[in-house]
Amino acid sequence: MTAMRRLILALALVVAAPVWAVQPDEMLPDPALEARARVISRDLRCPVCQGENIDDSDAQISRDLRLLVRERLVAGDTNEEVIDYIVDRYGEFVLFNPRPQGLNLALWLAGPAMLLAGAGIAFLTFRGRSRSQIADRGLTADEEARLKELLKD
Amino acid sequence: MIVELGHYALVLALCVALVQSVVPLIGAHRRNPAWMAVAEPAAVLQFLLVGFAFVALVRAFMTSDFSLRVVVENSHSLKPMLYKFAGTWGNHEGSLLLWSLILSLYSACAVFFGQYLPATLKARVLAVQGMIGVAFLLFMLLTSNPFDRLAMPPMDGRDLNPLLQDPGLAFHPPFLYLGYVGLSMAFSFAVAALIEGRVDAAWARWVRPWTVAAWVSLTIGIALGSWWAYYELGWGGFWFWDPVENASFMPWLIGAALLHSAIVVEKRESLKAWTILLAILAFGFSLIGTFIVRSGVITSVHSFANDPERGVFILLILAVFLGGALTLFAARAGAMEAKGIFAPISRESALVANNILLTVACFVVFVGTVWPLVAEMAFDRKLSVGEPFFNAAFTPFMVALALILPPGSVLAWKRGDLSRALRLMRPALILSVVLGATVWALQGGPAVLGPIGAALGAWVVLGALTDLWSKGGQGAAATRVRRLARAPRADWGKATAHIGLGVTLFAVAAMHAWKVEDIRVMKPGDSMEFGGYTVTLTGVREEPGPNYTTHLADLAVARPGGPTITMQPEKRFYPVQAMPTTEAAIHQTLTHDLYFALGDPQDGGGWVIRSYREPFANWLWIGSALMALGGLLSLTDRRFRLAAGARRPAAVPAE
Repeated sequence: MTAMRRLILALALVVAAPVWAVQPDEMLPDPALEARARVISRDLRCPVCQGENIDDSDAQISRDLRLLVRERLVAGDTNEEVIDYIVDRYGEFVLFNPRPQGLNLALWLAGPAMLLAGAGIAFLTFRGRSRSQIADRGLTADEEARLKELLKD
Repeated sequence: MIVELGHYALVLALCVALVQSVVPLIGAHRRNPAWMAVAEPAAVLQFLLVGFAFVALVRAFMTSDFSLRVVVENSHSLKPMLYKFAGTWGNHEGSLLLWSLILSLYSACAVFFGQYLPATLKARVLAVQGMIGVAFLLFMLLTSNPFDRLAMPPMDGRDLNPLLQDPGLAFHPPFLYLGYVGLSMAFSFAVAALIEGRVDAAWARWVRPWTVAAWVSLTIGIALGSWWAYYELGWGGFWFWDPVENASFMPWLIGAALLHSAIVVEKRESLKAWTILLAILAFGFSLIGTFIVRSGVITSVHSFANDPERGVFILLILAVFLGGALTLFAARAGAMEAKGIFAPISRESALVANNILLTVACFVVFVGTVWPLVAEMAFDRKLSVGEPFFNAAFTPFMVALALILPPGSVLAWKRGDLSRALRLMRPALILSVVLGATVWALQGGPAVLGPIGAALGAWVVLGALTDLWSKGGQGAAATRVRRLARAPRADWGKATAHIGLGVTLFAVAAMHAWKVEDIRVMKPGDSMEFGGYTVTLTGVREEPGPNYTTHLADLAVARPGGPTITMQPEKRFYPVQAMPTTEAAIHQTLTHDLYFALGDPQDGGGWVIRSYREPFANWLWIGSALMALGGLLSLTDRRFRLAAGARRPAAVPAE
């Protein structure tokens, strides 16, 4: 109940002062819940800023989102549920960590795929080279003949 | 008047650059010495003209000439002189002029240091440099002219973004540009070699110093930017995977790969085509970085130009140079035959692995940076890619790189013995694993990031020391030390840079793992215990600054039994731009930084105080400095000082 009161108080304070990143009045009294809130909000992007997470941002909407995250945590949501709740309302734009599904799978797999490709090319180059090394060891009959011809001149 | 002369000099420089990019190229093709010789005076003249234009703009900023549009938009008469000066490049137009200045400076340096370069190669290198100069001078004159006058000059300017009024940021762009543009030398050498159809050890010996110099500058530039973010933004972060940061990081990664693969070309005449490709890509990523920063296509904290017309122009430059060079590469790379053949277990292979990991890491950063753009344009989805993605997708490649570095660095050329290398590294391995376990036991709690960082960092540092020690050969310690003192500077550079990498890896892990944070309201007279210190807020006072007002908190910070120090975090307000900034107070020690930022005043009295204990923050700067120092040591190696005479003129084919 005190948490709710704090939230209401915090919301009332919003009008009074410019906000600047996480404020002490937003923080939950339960350190475990507050720590979870910090973890969640570090991965959420401020919808109106340029590439800041809501923890570092001083925009009004970030403060609203920080309070919303804490409200959901107090209501008993898991971290995933909190994030789903926010993504449902603000879209996947607020997710700094794109979910590895659908289209974003390509993003996540780009690095490993490139590594495999690089290793594959390196391997094939090696194999090709060791083959040509083997080929270097002797001359074909035609080449022998040509060499003899040249040496005669 | 001087402004008009500067403008005129810029137009002249464009004409000279046009001549420089056409005449020597034709001359080299026809083996006409007189036409080839045009390149040298043209390069020097271009440097002098762009230099004059730059000085004219600096003068306009320092004298606050508010008839110039850029000065009005980015300066103010009350701004401190240092920032009036640095403000010259703290904006789009001025930074492009700095870009062009550094480009022409490199060309001029190529003239002065390259007197023994084969004539055709030198003519072609300078011609390619000239083409890049043409592109950027045209870009400046057509879309972003720094010398635009205003018909009605205002009484005063609109001031520079207060966040940029900072010594760290004043010198961050010049170093970054020295790096970006320095890679153009590698690019020009690569394109010239493709035209010549020949790459050999001497070529690599000419390319490497430029690449190392560019990479050192990039390292310093990135570290300065990171240091600025650390103390200026007010929450102790040092790297945010912001698109603009990524833009400088990508050429750094490819540059690191290039300077390693060029070693293989120099020592073993192998990996030629790959090295050429890396040289093209390195500068390509510099251009991509310029595109990202200058076009504002991917909006970010730093983006101060938001003009699609400029974006299209840079994209065009990018397409012409990258597309042209890659086409040339596709046509000619087959001619670059490798001479040195190497076994799968060899120093060459270790360097190939280094190259693959660095290139793939760069690719991951690239994909992550452009992904939001691709998703929006092709799939109409607005999404974000940020720190958690990069931390997860990028880090594994760096871990792999750190793991293979020590044994790879001691493998023999051509055919190595892996078990011998591992035997040599056994003490380093045991020590670093023990260190990691000790750290894990000491820190308490199950987290592994810190201990793994400590073990990995120690592995790289001890590995580099083992490598250096083994260079002393056999015998008594004193003999080995004496031999080491006479070892080539390149060996010392290699060890120093690798130690720097290990220190940096550890610092990054430590700062992520063991950071302690506290946010609370304090009233004057309040005390708190934080990170082993007693912190008392004595008071908060208001003071005027040259072009801002500031709130200054006095914090008395004491360790039990230790002396009390006063720390003064500030909160400044710049009235011209109506913008507040935080000036953190930082107490630096070897094992941690104590970091305080002043927040807002509270209605019930008191101020928000943010406190951070940043473990091993100094090690991050020390690590970066060591990497840069390692590069500098390599640069002073004897063989580069003598490189000028490395190839006798007889080797130039005469026709």
